[in-house]
Amino acid sequence: MDSFAVGVHDGSAFLVRFFVERFSRPFHLRELVKQCYEVGCKSLFLITLTGFITGIVFTKQSRPSLAAFGATSWLPSLITVALVRSLAPLITALICAGKVGSSIGAELGSMKVTEQIEAMEVSAINPFKYLVVTRTTATTLMVPALMLYCCLVGLAGSYLNVHANEAASLPAFLKSGFSTITFRDAFASVTKSVFFGFSIGLIACYKGFNASSGTQGVGRAANAAVVLAMFVVFIEEMLIVQVITWTKP
Amino acid sequence: MTAGAPPVISIRGLYKAFGDLEVLQGIDLDVHKAENVVVLGRSGSGKSVLIKLVVALLKPDYGEVVVLGQHVHQLKQKELDALRRRVGFSFQHSALYDSMNVSENLEFPLRMNTSGLSTGEVRDRIQQALEAVGLAQSHKQMPSELSGGQRKRIGIARTLILQPEIMLYDEPTAGLDPVTSGEINELIQQVREKFHTASIIITHDLTCARATGDRVAMLLDGQMLRVGSFDEVFDTQDPRITGFYKYNFTEHP
Ligand SMILES: Nc1ncnc2c1ncn2[C@@H]1O[C@H](COP(=O)(O)OP(=O)(O)OP(=O)(O)O)[C@@H](O)[C@H]1O
Ligand SMILES: [Mg+2]
Repeated sequence: MDSFAVGVHDGSAFLVRFFVERFSRPFHLRELVKQCYEVGCKSLFLITLTGFITGIVFTKQSRPSLAAFGATSWLPSLITVALVRSLAPLITALICAGKVGSSIGAELGSMKVTEQIEAMEVSAINPFKYLVVTRTTATTLMVPALMLYCCLVGLAGSYLNVHANEAASLPAFLKSGFSTITFRDAFASVTKSVFFGFSIGLIACYKGFNASSGTQGVGRAANAAVVLAMFVVFIEEMLIVQVITWTKP
Repeated sequence: MTAGAPPVISIRGLYKAFGDLEVLQGIDLDVHKAENVVVLGRSGSGKSVLIKLVVALLKPDYGEVVVLGQHVHQLKQKELDALRRRVGFSFQHSALYDSMNVSENLEFPLRMNTSGLSTGEVRDRIQQALEAVGLAQSHKQMPSELSGGQRKRIGIARTLILQPEIMLYDEPTAGLDPVTSGEINELIQQVREKFHTASIIITHDLTCARATGDRVAMLLDGQMLRVGSFDEVFDTQDPRITGFYKYNFTEHP
């Protein structure tokens, strides 16, 4: 319990420091762009694959229940609601936590144990700014973008299945799908993803930055980054959904 | 060494412990302009800790470190950064940025600390620094492709590129062959002559100590036990000190 309290304290200090350093010069824009690219590249393939398959499978498996009520025409709107409101943000966040979280955790962890972070400090370069701020900002920007992309591929998968079975045209599919989705839904999902992305980046950086020495420390940092990030993503999902339902007009 | 001028590094009563492990127990040391001071000591005696305290990578428990007239551990971050730009630190295990190739490793501190350099000037500075360490050909190599000795030399080049007034070398010749070690010793001397750099050189290698050191300090049991010229330090019967000498010069073929 003691170490938990220390962890919470250090973690909050890390969080506060992020906001202090985020808004002061230098901004390291080049590194930020590079990190955005890395985050996108690392997870794009997996998100495409998972999103697409989820779209197909979810459609397939929902069909019998709807067919029992003769309501297969509701498939598009059911799938769209499920994807936009919860599947896409969660899938994206979990994949990014796994792929991006582990790689940031391992990268910063090995920089820490091989004294590269100290090397930056003695060259009067602020490693927190150069490493943590850029990476966390990159995940905060990219996870929502990837989430929207995940929605698209998920819908594409679903459309293929609906088209094959119900011979729906694309405009009809989209019209029916988006009839139940409000701007509020999309906004809530983007907000959620912003929180997810931010947490994934910050947690991975925190774990990497505090890696204990040795190769073992690097592995442990990467692992802890993924586990904690996934845990926090679920907690946030729960809280944000609560807040959204409360504030529903 | 100018008599009377204040030392560029002045360490007084420095204590540092990690938990129960008391590493440094009252260190006093002065380093003057254009002087090379060699610090000898056994593995784990706290040599690396000592120079990390000099650049405030670690905080001391007691004692003070004055570098270029400033109390290192009382500085604000901005002032500390300004001071660190004037001090070069060559890490024991090189600490090259392994996501960057050799010339990016050199370019990074240069770009971050100087503004308004043209691409050509940057390229020239990198070339000069690489030539100084005899590795002018390895621009595009990644650190993982270099040998330990090459990494060490790139690490030194990376600190030289900012033309520091003080150099701190952590075991510059450890793990290098005798020829390369000789070249590094020469490099250390050249740096001193060219830029009037004051240096602390940490080493186990007595050849390096003799070749580069104007003064030698022996770190034993957390204190600077003997300080003086190479011959003065080793003119003793203390087995803890003669042990060093014997291994390096007689028992070794
Ligand atoms: N950050 C740290 N946290 C805890 N203990 C440390 C830390 N840094 C160094 N130590 C301990 O301090 C002691 C001295 O370490 P230091 O690295 O200065 O030795 P050294 O004299 O440089 O040895 P070597 O010649 O092997 O490099 C070691 O016992 C080490 O375990
Ligand atoms: Mg050491």
